[in-house]
Amino acid sequence: MTYILLFISAIFVNNIVLSQFLGICPFLGVSKKVDTAIGMSAAVTFVMTLATLCTYLLQKLLLDPLDLGFLQTLVYILVIAALVQMVEIILKKVSPALYQSLGVFLPLITTNCTILGVAIMVIQKDYNLVESLVFAIATALGFALALILFAGMRERLSMVKLPKAMQGMPTALITAGLLAMAFMGFSGVV
Amino acid sequence: MNKLKIVLNGLIKENPTFVLMLGMCPTLGTTTSAINGLGMGLATTFVLICSNTVISALKNLIPDSVRIPSYIVLIASFVTVLEMCMKAYTPALYESLGLFIPLIVVNCIVLGRAESFAAKNGVFDSSLDGLGIGLGFTMALGLLGAIREFLGAGTMLGMRVFPEDYGMLVFVLAPGAFIALGLIIAFINSRKSKA
Repeated sequence: MTYILLFISAIFVNNIVLSQFLGICPFLGVSKKVDTAIGMSAAVTFVMTLATLCTYLLQKLLLDPLDLGFLQTLVYILVIAALVQMVEIILKKVSPALYQSLGVFLPLITTNCTILGVAIMVIQKDYNLVESLVFAIATALGFALALILFAGMRERLSMVKLPKAMQGMPTALITAGLLAMAFMGFSGVV
Repeated sequence: MNKLKIVLNGLIKENPTFVLMLGMCPTLGTTTSAINGLGMGLATTFVLICSNTVISALKNLIPDSVRIPSYIVLIASFVTVLEMCMKAYTPALYESLGLFIPLIVVNCIVLGRAESFAAKNGVFDSSLDGLGIGLGFTMALGLLGAIREFLGAGTMLGMRVFPEDYGMLVFVLAPGAFIALGLIIAFINSRKSKA
């Protein structure tokens, strides 16, 4: 039961993008088309789960016993960077089309704050291994949900005639604001 | 004169938030009040100046193929230093910024400036660029924080301007951050197209 609650709250109530403000760069950057949004979400889900697993084990087996907690940020970012490199190499071989369309944003997963944010969050909230993994997957799905919903809205928005000053980023931000407001409706659920 | 131009470039022409639109997460996440926004901006400025200076000094020693990981490690070390200092000297601000302090590591502005400026220019110029970009970021965060605090809670830097009951709470919460930033950028765009 706790796992289900954790799952739902990470996707809807504490949505990583719309209520915690992590991962805004890819949220605004790769959300112009639904296809790229799906690819990006898949990459993030994969990297986030793997990264949380690795960093959690490192923290519990290496950093905590040796009392090296202050190296947390440094170690985590290195693990994440290595993982992203790996995903990049695999994707290049397996799906060149997706690799092309994700373009510059794939290496930028390293600097996607959701990954590092979740890795640190599970330590701060003192989750056990299973809870951490559930939390990581749910958070990634929440990211995917927000990104894909937003991409769908932006595809429609691009057909609308807007005042010149409002074109592009301002409209995207205000739309995101409205989406965040809609997600606030979930706040009583869990 | 030329040196001044580098600082001003970061402050206005290449303002990281309003023009380059980088580092959106802390911009939206920490600006619930003007103080938090300014604190976050100054913390990022510190990391920017240090990382730009050191990366520019080491740029000939770092092989091209491993430069991004090396930059990230350098930046992460400075963030760790900052984190320890803030924990010791400004615990209240450290608490309220929370997760966003370690996340300076993955702030695109820092890595972006390392790659686009510090890797190509001299040490002194790079630290000035760090200062300019950092102050531009601080200014943007302070402005957004002040607007959200004023509209949402009716205070300015903690001082009450109008009774709290008239405040629009939504501006302190998540949606208000997006909407306020969207409107500020729209305003800047409209000025720009007039000029």
